Amino acid sequence: MQSKFTGPVYVVRDNIDTDQIIPAQFLNLVPTIQEEYDKLGSYALWGLPDALYPKRFVEEGATDSRYPIVIAGRNFGCGSSREHAPIAMGSADCQCVVAESYARIFFRNCVATGELYPIECPDRLCETFQTGDVATVDIDANTITHEGTGKVYPLNPLGEVRPVVDAGGIFDFARQSGMIAR
Amino acid sequence: MTLTEKILARAAGKSRVSAGDNVWVNADVLMTHDVCGPGTIGVFKREFGKDARVWDRKRVVIIPDHYIFTADSKSNRNVDILRDFAREQELPYFYDVIDDADGQWKFDASKGLLKRQYGSQYAGVCHTALPQKGHTRPGEILFGTDSHTCMAGAFNQFATGIGNTDAGFVMGTGKLLLKVPETMRFRFEGRLRPGVMAKDIILHIIGEIGFDGATYRAMQFDGPGISSLSMDDRMTIANMAIEAGGKNGIFPFDARTAEYVEQRTRLNGTRQAYEPVEPDADQKFIYESVINLDQLEPTVACHPDPGQRKKVSELADVRLDRAYIGSCTGGKTSDFVEFARIIQGKRVAIDTFGVPATPEIVHDLQSTRWGGVTIWNILVGAGVQMTENAGCAACLGGPVDTFGRMNTPLKCISATNRNFPGRMGHKESQVFLASPATVAASALAGRIADPRDYLSN
Repeated sequence: MQSKFTGPVYVVRDNIDTDQIIPAQFLNLVPTIQEEYDKLGSYALWGLPDALYPKRFVEEGATDSRYPIVIAGRNFGCGSSREHAPIAMGSADCQCVVAESYARIFFRNCVATGELYPIECPDRLCETFQTGDVATVDIDANTITHEGTGKVYPLNPLGEVRPVVDAGGIFDFARQSGMIAR
Repeated sequence: MTLTEKILARAAGKSRVSAGDNVWVNADVLMTHDVCGPGTIGVFKREFGKDARVWDRKRVVIIPDHYIFTADSKSNRNVDILRDFAREQELPYFYDVIDDADGQWKFDASKGLLKRQYGSQYAGVCHTALPQKGHTRPGEILFGTDSHTCMAGAFNQFATGIGNTDAGFVMGTGKLLLKVPETMRFRFEGRLRPGVMAKDIILHIIGEIGFDGATYRAMQFDGPGISSLSMDDRMTIANMAIEAGGKNGIFPFDARTAEYVEQRTRLNGTRQAYEPVEPDADQKFIYESVINLDQLEPTVACHPDPGQRKKVSELADVRLDRAYIGSCTGGKTSDFVEFARIIQGKRVAIDTFGVPATPEIVHDLQSTRWGGVTIWNILVGAGVQMTENAGCAACLGGPVDTFGRMNTPLKCISATNRNFPGRMGHKESQVFLASPATVAASALAGRIADPRDYLSN
């Protein structure tokens, strides 16, 4: 199972809600239909105000993001229960979010779908990193390294959440661990 | 144990649970709608097999309500996916948009957005429709694929929003693993003064604890002030527990709860037996505060999130482009009645949109007369654009042809529950959340205005 993720980071601030992660107008797309799943990826973080976030997470016309890691402040994923939010980010090839805190349903949806690792960090990394900086997240060592400065910052361990995301979500985890029949 | 702990203990078959315990609970009702239903059904079929049956067909309630009155073909298709599933699974509680069980839903844009385009079974906004149709009962567990599912906590039940994958799991098994939340207590004393509404209470509380102040927690609203609050009021408050990050909001059970639930289950022929919960004397809270209802004033949550609390009196200079009344939290009959009380006999100064939450509310407004004129016609006569097409409409933006959607960067005061950037449409638009009374006063003034200034004359 992959435990290190390296690449440019996309940095957002506090209270990024699910409308900013995937605006409501795209909720006509059904995530369990493959082509609509792919389309959701192209709209990941589309709702961020352009004035605050001039660089887009997914370039116009692309279906995947060049940023495998998102760094956020407090209360990431607040608002609606739409599972389209972690799915859009996962579909865009984002692999983990590193935030100071999460809203409850988004966090749970990341784990249930296995789309992303929702990692908490004790430091306010959204002040330290800038969009485009290259970082390495190591979920064995529980660190994030700023590859430009070489500085290493701690991450909170994923705990019980990790094996579920490793497995690919709650259904695969439940089958692997014998909780439900294969 | 607190109200939430008692319900979770019962649903887990345990004599006692404590905050932080992870427990498997049995669901009483699973609700889904057109935005998350197709994905939930997709997960259910993928994981349990294409011939799988839902765990209990009388406990799965499907209410299309979000993107109904739009020409967007995928949105219309999503209603058809729900219909096919309801037929295949023989679900008695599917509130279809159309009456033809073999038909397909297609919105006819040429008929306009105002005139009704639904059949006799359509129920409107799921959270308001659930209690109206007799699906909320004290002491039960309700899961819904929508964050405002917490509204049903008004009925002394544990109700919370979940994602499609969890909902697919519940659909197949009737169970879900939950962490028992810590409980925050809000004890209400006194009663609201004229011009101040339940919406002002919850906006005050969210401002007090912050927009993530109840994350992972239950919000318990109790105390002597509860008795003066109608079920509609309690719904408004419980609905917005999620706007403070709460897992659920919950009220104690009383005679008003009993009257509502018993009338609605009888009327609709749904399950009538229920067992309410009362808190134990030793209940423990992680936070306690007293809300003196008498001291509250008309309150607004400013752009860009529901925690940006200000008193109306601090915002008198804010000019507006638009006013909106509607949604689960702000589109009930009592909301329109308070709104109309202020609007009556005057003329709105800005574009004002009204979207009743359910067809039953449309009927209430079209059949209740004040001085020989229906409330509906009073509002239309004052310049309010009223649609009969009850639903979520522009509360969450929706497809671009949605009634009331902001397609340009406007400033809107709204009786809805969320005001994140882009929530009601355009990314650069701004939404101010307020009570229906404050929305009414502001619609008349064209700027944020105090409803108390309009009550006496």
